[in-house]
Amino acid sequence: MTDKVKVATVSLAGCFGCHMSLLDIDERIVQLADQVEFIRSPLTDIKRCTDCDIGLIEGGVCNSENVHTLREFRKHCRILVAVGACAINGGLPNYRNYVPLEECLGESYLDGIGVENPHIPNDPELPLLLDKVYPVHEVVKIDYFLPGCPPAADVFWKFLTDLLEGRDPALPYELIHYD
Amino acid sequence: MKQFIQDLAEKHNNQEKQLLQILREIQACYHYIPEQAIEQLSGLLSIPRTRITGVVEFYSFLHLTPRGQYELLISDCITDHMRDKKDLTGYLAEKLNVAVGAVRKDGLVSLDNTSCTGMCDQGPAGMVNGYALTRLDRDRIDRIADLINRREPLAAWPADLFYVDDTVAKPGLLLKQPIMQGAALRAAFKRGLKATLAEIEQSGLRGRGGAGFKTAMKWAFCTGEAQSERYVVCNADEGEPGTFKDRVLLNSFAHQVFEGMTLCAAITGARQGFLYLRGEYLHLYDRLQEILHQRRQAGLLGSNILREGLDFDIDIHLGAGAYICGEESALIESLEGKAGIPRNRPPYPVTHGYLGKPTVVNNVETFFAASAIAVNGADWFTQVGTEKSAGTKILSISGDCARPGIYEYAFGTTIQTVLNDCGAMDVLGVQMGGPSGTFISNQEFDRKLAFEDLATGGSVIIFNESRNIFDIVHNFTHFFAHESCGFCTPCRVGTSLLRKQVAKIHEGHGSAGDVAALEELGRLIKGYSHCGLGQTAANPVLTTLERYPELYQNKLKKISYEPGFDLDGALDIARRLAQRDDAAAHLSQVGDHD
Repeated sequence: MTDKVKVATVSLAGCFGCHMSLLDIDERIVQLADQVEFIRSPLTDIKRCTDCDIGLIEGGVCNSENVHTLREFRKHCRILVAVGACAINGGLPNYRNYVPLEECLGESYLDGIGVENPHIPNDPELPLLLDKVYPVHEVVKIDYFLPGCPPAADVFWKFLTDLLEGRDPALPYELIHYD
Repeated sequence: MKQFIQDLAEKHNNQEKQLLQILREIQACYHYIPEQAIEQLSGLLSIPRTRITGVVEFYSFLHLTPRGQYELLISDCITDHMRDKKDLTGYLAEKLNVAVGAVRKDGLVSLDNTSCTGMCDQGPAGMVNGYALTRLDRDRIDRIADLINRREPLAAWPADLFYVDDTVAKPGLLLKQPIMQGAALRAAFKRGLKATLAEIEQSGLRGRGGAGFKTAMKWAFCTGEAQSERYVVCNADEGEPGTFKDRVLLNSFAHQVFEGMTLCAAITGARQGFLYLRGEYLHLYDRLQEILHQRRQAGLLGSNILREGLDFDIDIHLGAGAYICGEESALIESLEGKAGIPRNRPPYPVTHGYLGKPTVVNNVETFFAASAIAVNGADWFTQVGTEKSAGTKILSISGDCARPGIYEYAFGTTIQTVLNDCGAMDVLGVQMGGPSGTFISNQEFDRKLAFEDLATGGSVIIFNESRNIFDIVHNFTHFFAHESCGFCTPCRVGTSLLRKQVAKIHEGHGSAGDVAALEELGRLIKGYSHCGLGQTAANPVLTTLERYPELYQNKLKKISYEPGFDLDGALDIARRLAQRDDAAAHLSQVGDHD
């Protein structure tokens, strides 16, 4: 068990679609499980990241908690990977970047249709939103990028098997063209 | 307004290809393009309204929302910055009580920055309602602010505010000996048109815009196309920051330029020519029209020119603030009234140009030189220059030197000679060919002006040792990000990322991998962009990185990573809205792992 490569995964401002796509490697997951151990991940429900080899980050950075989580990953993961369009470019959540944060929160909590007891949530337990959604590489150093929305299961498979077999990861053209 | 638009469209024969010219006039009259005007034009020109809004949004001098009745633009060229442009703009903003980039509440005045206006030898420069302002200082700004606050009509402003000096500091072969009106055409008809083309070929004249394509070959290709319609276009969209020689040629030697175009028409069989004049040179427009009129009167333009059976005339089209329109295929799109997005090449304009017909597009200086060659012959031209670069090059020299202005040199002249002549001391480096060219360090001043060594469209900006390389690179990358036409992703996204990455390092947020990332990004933009703009946009970064790698490395923090933006500041709005200031409501700029 201890010889296995340790992998941690997380979804920040993402939809878990990248995680679903990872699961689309289907029965190959058995093969993968022989070689890797998932530590902190929604797949294991372990909440804290400890030292590991590979960290997979889905989603962009939209609030202070995302920043802390991302930094925890950077601190503990030897190799940190931005997975999917949201982690790389901000993706769908970054469409709020075109609307000032005041207006976003105002529409949701003050002026929107059906809002009762209008006030901006201010419980200290709640993470504050950043002014914009940022791609992960603008907040911490990222080692690899897996493009796609989501990256296809074969992209995960090729990338992870390359790493596991000691090759420099490379994605062939067929896996990264989308038309 | 309805009548105005209708008359305007009629004046332009309700032609779609006149759209840009029509929109310029609407902007000049109303200080924006009103929705009503778009609706009405859409009907009159039989084009969808989105075609019109697309064009308005593309050009910097056209606006969908009202600008001030006095529209002030301040040139953002590095040479303007070197003369305190930033402070002066701040002073102007304060005097007029208007923020940069905004319209004053009463709608009287708006203030903004604009790309280099071609007044680098007499900056800081600006424009008011499209007309050039030069030598801005606090005194002039006081006067301008006063004139505006008194609502003095532009026509009543003192002429000295608009005075543009030609400053020909060192004339050479061409500038010392301008031709007599009609001399080139007479010589060409006398010698024979084929023989004249052969003469130009023998002279080795190459395009003076920078790319250096053989002029005679271009004219011959155009002539060789089996088409009945051909066009001659003079590219006076002199947008490369630091260049202003075409402005001088058109102000003092326009006859010779128009004669070169007419010569080209005689040889190629074109009947229509265009001078594409950058919008920033609006002050030359009336004068150039007058010269065209004179030439028609003198039988040098119009029908049966010099009674040789040649019919040819020239129209002037104004640009509207788009650097990309200096690229020949984008220029042609703009002539056709569209957004200036470069076409796929090939086919080249010589086979498929204006309206899909064979078109010669040459730089102002090329036509200027061609007419001199027609008069004086190839041997006269090749007496100076190098084997591969015959003749002379007209340079626009600006920046840190005692005598900025126009200089004409034989190809093969060293940069050191140029620097000595213009009185440049303690030089750090020289930007040759503008931001899209090459930055050379003070170790390279023995290099030569020539297509085979330092090719240039004519922009020479000198920096002395008090200047900071990063200020320069930052200004240039900002320029390209602003001027990218937005058509292809590597350039549209790449130039913005490049600007951000340069700013990150410049502002001291760079760390270990950031210079490598900058270089990789630069190479990507260079290698994958659709046209010359993107292919050269990373040159300021790549050419300085090559020469001053240690300067970049020294800027980096000794940590593995730091964000390029203020992370805690990004929480400001949310903190204010949630009225929180507890420890959890803040973020450190760098994580504990770094």
